[in-house]
Amino acid sequence: MERAALPRRLTWQLAKVVELRDETPRVRSIVLESPHWPGHRPGQHVDVRLTAEDGYQAQRSYSLASAPEDDHQLLTVERLEDGEVSPYLTDELRPGDELELRGPIGGYFVWEESMGGPLLLVAGGSGVVPFRAMLRHRVAAAWDYVPVRLLYSSRSLDDVIYREELEQLDVEVVLTLTRRRPAAWMGYRRRVDETMLRDVAWPPEEEPLVYVCGPTPFVELAAGTLVTLGHDPARIKTERFGPTGGR
Amino acid sequence: MDALDGNAIAGLLVEVFGDERTTSRGTCGSCGASGPVAELAVYVRAPGTVVRCRACESVLMVFVEVHGVTCVDLRGLAALE
Repeated sequence: MERAALPRRLTWQLAKVVELRDETPRVRSIVLESPHWPGHRPGQHVDVRLTAEDGYQAQRSYSLASAPEDDHQLLTVERLEDGEVSPYLTDELRPGDELELRGPIGGYFVWEESMGGPLLLVAGGSGVVPFRAMLRHRVAAAWDYVPVRLLYSSRSLDDVIYREELEQLDVEVVLTLTRRRPAAWMGYRRRVDETMLRDVAWPPEEEPLVYVCGPTPFVELAAGTLVTLGHDPARIKTERFGPTGGR
Repeated sequence: MDALDGNAIAGLLVEVFGDERTTSRGTCGSCGASGPVAELAVYVRAPGTVVRCRACESVLMVFVEVHGVTCVDLRGLAALE
């Protein structure tokens, strides 16, 4: 008799903190070693759960910044001043600590070669995190013939996450700095708008596959504008985050 | 408060349905709009978690945890496939 495939249950597991890396003054990456990691697809996330001494639990979802090919799992966390979880992750966590997580989770905001291109990635702030996983995967899997452009909106150059690494990932990066710029900055210096998206995106006729990730207002604006410009809504995938949504 | 989207409750959906649901299509019982669950509007700060249609704002799904049991109301959905 044939046995029905049981869905893999989502269980909490402990991952060990191997290393912590400061990405920007407000953003830290956590390198994790998860002994029973089942593998993941680029763009997926994990839920992280913290338990206080009195038993109170808080849970947030964070994108995986690591590619499936990487040895460790990487989370990149922005410190939210009034956050319940992120200040602990960015300030208190130490190498050797254990972190409770479950995942990988989500199958929608994922990019793999079979989905094609050209690929337009639009990031607001720490919305760049899942794109690191996709871009590293693209290089590791030798899919770098798929053209990629990353439009990345950041408050200042110091707030750009993975700044040096992005230069090595064989991707066309267009930065726009919305609050502070170096004196000699020649790039965009405003919020993402229609003119910028028209200039940076492939024209709708070339049917780029678009991923937009960032805070809710950023995503609404960028995705809405792309639809106005004639891009097919079915080829625009969005992922929003906010104060309680994590990342 | 700004709405998140279905990606934010991917873990909760696995808990409730037993498998990945953000790529499923949800159809609104009020206006008939249909799209990936990942693109639906999600409010995580309501008492419980509330999922709304982006076209007509009708409530599609509500999840409330009471004493470790998740209560699920899907009456606003015409289909989830």
